[in-house]
Amino acid sequence: MIGTRHLVRLALRRDRILLPVWVLFLVGVTYSTTTALEELYGTTESRALLGVTANANSAFLAMLGPLHDWSSLGGLVVWRWGVFSGLFIAIMAMLVVTRHTRAEEEAGRTELISATVVGRHAPLAAAVIVAGGTSLLIGVLQALVLMGKDLDASGAFAFGLSTASVGLVFTGVSAFTAQLSENSRVSNAIAGGFLGVTYLLRAAGDAAGESGPQWLTWFSPIGWTEHVRSFADNRFWVLLLPLAAFVLSVGVSAYIVTRRDVGLGLLAARLGPPHGTIGSLFGLAWRLQKGSLIGWSIALFAVGVIYGSVAQAVGQMVQDNPTLGQIVSKIGGAEAMVDAFFATVTQLLGLITSIYLVQAVLRLRSEETSFRAEPLLATPVSRWGWVASHAVFALAGGAVVLAASGLGLGLVYGLQTDDLGTVGPQMLGAALAQLPAAWVIAGVALLLFGLFPQLTGVSWAVVSVSLVITLLGPALQLDQWMLDVSPFTHVPKYPDITFGPLAWLTVVAVVLLAAGFAGFRRRDLTT
Amino acid sequence: MTSAISVSGLVKTFGPTRALDDLFLDVQTGEVHGFLGPNGAGKSTTIRILLGLLRADSGTARLLGGDPWKDTAALHRRLAYVPGDVNLWPNLTGGEVIDLLGRLRGGLNKPRREELLERFELDPRKKGRTYSKGNRQKVALVAALSSDVELLILDEPTSGLDPLMEAVFQDCINDERERGRTVLLSSHILAEVEALCDRVSIIRNGHIVETGTLSELRHLTRTSISAELAGPPNGLTSMAGVHDLVAEGNRVRFEVDSDKLDPVLKQLVSSGVRTLTSQPPTLEELFLRHYEDAK
Repeated sequence: MIGTRHLVRLALRRDRILLPVWVLFLVGVTYSTTTALEELYGTTESRALLGVTANANSAFLAMLGPLHDWSSLGGLVVWRWGVFSGLFIAIMAMLVVTRHTRAEEEAGRTELISATVVGRHAPLAAAVIVAGGTSLLIGVLQALVLMGKDLDASGAFAFGLSTASVGLVFTGVSAFTAQLSENSRVSNAIAGGFLGVTYLLRAAGDAAGESGPQWLTWFSPIGWTEHVRSFADNRFWVLLLPLAAFVLSVGVSAYIVTRRDVGLGLLAARLGPPHGTIGSLFGLAWRLQKGSLIGWSIALFAVGVIYGSVAQAVGQMVQDNPTLGQIVSKIGGAEAMVDAFFATVTQLLGLITSIYLVQAVLRLRSEETSFRAEPLLATPVSRWGWVASHAVFALAGGAVVLAASGLGLGLVYGLQTDDLGTVGPQMLGAALAQLPAAWVIAGVALLLFGLFPQLTGVSWAVVSVSLVITLLGPALQLDQWMLDVSPFTHVPKYPDITFGPLAWLTVVAVVLLAAGFAGFRRRDLTT
Repeated sequence: MTSAISVSGLVKTFGPTRALDDLFLDVQTGEVHGFLGPNGAGKSTTIRILLGLLRADSGTARLLGGDPWKDTAALHRRLAYVPGDVNLWPNLTGGEVIDLLGRLRGGLNKPRREELLERFELDPRKKGRTYSKGNRQKVALVAALSSDVELLILDEPTSGLDPLMEAVFQDCINDERERGRTVLLSSHILAEVEALCDRVSIIRNGHIVETGTLSELRHLTRTSISAELAGPPNGLTSMAGVHDLVAEGNRVRFEVDSDKLDPVLKQLVSSGVRTLTSQPPTLEELFLRHYEDAK
C-alpha cells in the first residue's frame, strides 16, 4: 500500500476536469429535480394523486421503482431520481476505477509505476479511494441539497448514502472486472453488463407491484437503495448490504492482484486468425467501430422501449383521474400530453445519440495519438479517405442509432395502442428528425479534430452544454439566445415536424464537416 | 545513378523548437543508406516529412521523383514504411495487420510473407495487445518487407529486436539490396549501420554533419597509436594531426588524423620504434566525436 497517497494525487490530477463535472452534474440534477417536483406537486392532493398513479402503473414501477412516501417532497425526489442517481454514480465509479487500473496496466504505465517504491496494491487502492470517495462526496452533497430545501436531515442522508452506496458497490465490481481481462474495454463491458442486469432485476421485481416477485430486488444493488425507504422509514441498516458487497469485492480483487502478473488478466487471451480479410480503411473502421455501434443501437432501442411503454401510462393517468383530466383538457387533452411527452423523449434520444457521434469522431484522434494512423497514412490512401472511414460511423451510424431508438418507441407504443402502422413510422420520423442537430455536434468535433487537434476534448464540453441547455434551460428560464446555442433547440417539436430547420441544420453540419476535412488535409500529424 | 530521395534546405519547427535546420540528404537509387543520429536529432521528423505526414516549413524534398506532400498516395504505392513506435490495434491479430497494410499498399507477396514469418519466428495469430515491443516491430517489418515496393523507409526498425533477430533483419536487408531496392535505414546502432549501409548520413540537431561512404567517413576518423621508442620522442607535439599526446619517458600514446598517418609514422620511425600498437578508426569514434561536440 506504500505510495497510495501519491497515486491518489496523480489520479485526482489526471481527473481534475472529469470528476468535478460528474459531481456538478449529479448534484445539479438533484437540485433541479427537487425544484421541479416542488413546483409541480405543491399541494397534498396532487401528491396523493401521484402516489396512487405511480404505484398502480407498472411502466412507472419498472422504470423508477415504487413511491414509498408521497406525503413529502423528499419521498417524491427519492422516487423520481433515486434509481437513476444510483445508476449514474455507478457509471462514474466504473469508468474511474477502470481508467486508473486496467487501462493504465494495458498502456504499460503501471509497469513504470510499479518499479518505483509503490506497493503491489497501491494502484488498486488509489483507484478505489478516488472512485469510492467521489461516490460518497456526491451522496453527501445530494443530502445537503435536500436539506437546503428544508427536508428532514435523516431522510436526506438516507437518500444520499443509498445512491452513493451503488457507486461503492460498482467501485468494487469494476475493481474485480479489471482483474479479469487484459483489455480495459472488456473490463468496462463486463461491469456495465452487470449494471444493466442490476437495473433489470430490480425493474422485474418492481414492475408487478406487491403481487410480483419483489424478492428479486433484494439481489440488486439498485434495489437495495429502494429498500432503504428514504424519508418513509430511513432503514439505514440496509446499507450494510452494499457495504459488505464493497468490502468483499475489493478484498477479492486485492487477493487476485497478489496472485497474478502485472499486465495479464485471469481470462487468457485467445489466438485469432493468422490471415486477415480486412482490405480497406472502411473495413478497418468497421472492425474498430462496429462493437460500439451495435452496443449503442441495442441500448437506445431498449431506452426507446422503456419510454414507449411509459407513454401509454401518461395517457392512462389522465383517463383514470377526473381532476387531472380536467386540468389536462385545458391544454389539449391526453393526446397533447402524450405528444409533449414524445417531444421531450425524442429530444433526449437525440442528445444521447450525439454522445455516440462524438465518440465515433474522436476515434480519429485516438488513432492518431496512439501512432496507429501513421502506418495507415504511409500507404497509398488519402487522408480524406481515412477521415471519411470513421466519419461515416458518426453520420450514418448516428442515423442507425436514432432509428433503433425510434423503432423501440414506435414498436411498444404502437402495439399498446393497436396502431403500429401509423405510430411506428411517426416515431421513427420523430427520432430521425433529431439527426441533423446531432450531426452539427459531430461537425464541431470534426472541425476541432481538423483544425485544433489538441482541443478535441472540447467536443465533450459542447455535448454537455447542449445537454444542460436543452434539458434544464427551459426550467432555469434561460434567455432565448442561450437556448439557441444548442442545435437541439432548433429541431421542430413532435408532432409538428417541418423540414426547413432540418435543412439548415444539415447545411451547418456539412459546412463544419467540410472545414474539418479541409483542415486535416493541410495539417501535420500530431500527438 | 539517380536519387531516390533528395532533400535540400529543409526546415521544420515545432513552436520554439527548430527540429530540422537546413537539412540536406541524398539517397541514391539502389543503395542502403544509413541515417545516423542520437535521439531527438530529427531522424523521425525527416522521415515523417518524406512520408507526407508532416509539412516542411521551407526547403524542398523529392521522393522517387515526386513531392511527398502533394503526390502522397501515388508515392506511397511505391514505398513501405516501418515506424519507430509500432502500435497495433489491440483486437486485431498480427496476421490481420500484415494483410491489411499489404492490401492497402496494393497487394503483398504471399510466399515471402510466409517465409518472413518463419524467419522472424512470429506467430501471426496473436492479438495486437499481447505482442511485446519486439514482436510488434516484427509485424511491421514483415508487412513492409513482404510488399513489392521500390523504397523501404525504416525508422529504427530493430530497437526492440534481440541479437538473433537483429541478424535475421540484416540478412533480410541484404536480400533487399540484391533485389535492387533502395533502403533508408534510420538507426543509432552503429554496428548495424556499418554492417548494412553503402553510405551514411549523420544528423545532429536537425542538420546533416557528415555524409559519404563508410570508407570516406573513416578518412575523417583518427587512429590511436601507442608506441615504445628507442629514444625520447622528437617533434611529435608540433606535428599537424596529432591529438591527445601523452609521453612518459620513451613511451607515447596519441591519436592521429587518418590522413596525417604517413608523416607522423615517419617521424616515429626516426626515433626508433621498439613496439607499436595501432587501433583502426571506428565509426563509433566519429559518431561520438560529433555528439560530444554537440554538448
